[in-house]
Amino acid sequence: MVRSLLSVENVHKAYGVNPVLRGISLDVQAHEVVVLVGASGSGKSTLLRCINGLEAIDAGRIMLDESLEVSAPDADLDAVRQRIGIVFQSFNLFPHLSVLDNVTLAPRKVLGAAKSKAEHSAHELLARFGLSDKAESYPDRLSGGQQQRVAIVRALAMDPELMLFDEITSALDPQLVGEVLDVVRDLSGSGMTIVMATHEMTFAREVAHRICFVDAGVVCEQGPPEQVFDAPVHERTREFLSRTRTR
Amino acid sequence: MGLPHVDPERRDLVRRKARRDALVASVSLIAFVAVAVVLIARSPGWPTVQDLFFNGEAFKKSFPAVLSAFWLNVRIFLVAEPCILILALIVALTRGSTAPILFPLRAVATLYTDIFRGIPTILLVLLLGFGVPALNSDFITNEPLVWGTVALILSYGAYVSEVFRAGIESVHPSQRAAARSLGLSNTQTSRYVVLPQAIRRVIPPLLNDFISLQKDTALVSVIGPIEALRQAQIDSSFTFNFTPYVVAACLFIALTVPMTRFADYLNRRAANQRGHS
Ligand SMILES: Nc1ncnc2c1ncn2[C@@H]1O[C@H](COP(=O)(O)OP(=O)(O)OP(=O)(O)O)[C@@H](O)[C@H]1O
Ligand SMILES: [Mg+2]
Repeated sequence: MVRSLLSVENVHKAYGVNPVLRGISLDVQAHEVVVLVGASGSGKSTLLRCINGLEAIDAGRIMLDESLEVSAPDADLDAVRQRIGIVFQSFNLFPHLSVLDNVTLAPRKVLGAAKSKAEHSAHELLARFGLSDKAESYPDRLSGGQQQRVAIVRALAMDPELMLFDEITSALDPQLVGEVLDVVRDLSGSGMTIVMATHEMTFAREVAHRICFVDAGVVCEQGPPEQVFDAPVHERTREFLSRTRTR
Repeated sequence: MGLPHVDPERRDLVRRKARRDALVASVSLIAFVAVAVVLIARSPGWPTVQDLFFNGEAFKKSFPAVLSAFWLNVRIFLVAEPCILILALIVALTRGSTAPILFPLRAVATLYTDIFRGIPTILLVLLLGFGVPALNSDFITNEPLVWGTVALILSYGAYVSEVFRAGIESVHPSQRAAARSLGLSNTQTSRYVVLPQAIRRVIPPLLNDFISLQKDTALVSVIGPIEALRQAQIDSSFTFNFTPYVVAACLFIALTVPMTRFADYLNRRAANQRGHS
């Protein structure tokens, strides 16, 4: 039996009376890239936010590395979040801090890293993603693609075991999408475990080890990209794919 | 890299237009002032008004005393302002806290803002200035000046705490979420992410409140301390001439105008920054 890095077990979550997750389950192995696809409102973002402890769940269990229960009401969420990085559609960089300070804030304040050490690692990460010359810039001086890459670097600086990406290219001009997807490709190549929600089907097919089709708050169908995209079993999956293809 | 290319002809045109605009503005101002002066000077009561309010002799005579009394206004302001900022920040943070254990403090903070924003400042000055000394307590001072300043601090603290609170709430929740998702605690998030942004945003409205406070230091005069307004009152009651009041007014203006211009400048800069980001 393979150890799963993340396991979501039968999770329910409602906003008020509106159920969003209805018993969703998902297992993710280390180094795996799992891509969530599904219609708008199907609960992809909600699932990612629950995994990170940004939303509390109503029922079920979310385990990290089979030992830490993320979803426990008294879980140490700060500790959980140190191990799971998340990047949002809207980059949410801190506008009052330079790129370098955006990246080093959490390592310094949360992990207690020395300034020089944190900055050294930050410069290395920035260089790796072609952002070396932007270290001293403020976020409002960067393009959307650059901002999103900085947001990814900021999450990586905490050295997480798992990265969650929620539609990280949706807010970008089409010509900037590529540079951000390159970052994800690079990360997946280096063995990072990734769970991402996206509407970029071509990219999903290329980078995913596994596609999970989320429908109405459950995983309706999952498997390797060729299987889910080319030979979907479920009627709902076929419907969804035909709608996204014709667009 | 080369120098930015600017068409010399175009540049001259722009300069000429700027010069013409400045000329039009000056001429229009001079004409406007001239008309106003003539209208006022020709009204029948002007000689009396001039003698009562703009008497050069009286101005010179009362100026030194009013100026030295005005120093008290400045001192009240300098003491009150930092106290107000600290009090207001504490109240704003308390009201924004969520920890269950802080509930009593939250209630006190809310009650404080509700009450002290509702009482007219002058009334508060009177209540504290006359009320506390009447206690005749051995432990607290009876000095009206102190209680007048405390009244200003309490009254402005309630206002300014609301300004801070609005600033804190204007920082988008996604900033907090981003910080928390990096593992920063609630307190660290407030300190390093929310407050720095909030404070930058509230500086212009805060300057406005400072200006208002500079003027309201004159309210302390109602309980006795001899600041500029009180001194002017004393002078004018001796001479039956109101020029000392004008002296006091000039001093207040001299203090507030630079501050107002500075606030304008900050407001403009903030607007520009919003424009390009
Ligand atoms: N904070 C919230 N309060 C109330 N309802 C919410 C909240 N966040 C999300 N929802 C609702 O939950 C449902 C699922 O939202 P979610 O953002 O998870 O969908 P999604 O699959 O990510 O969609 P998209 O592809 O558009 O991003 C939606 O109906 C949405 O309106
Ligand atoms: Mg979403």
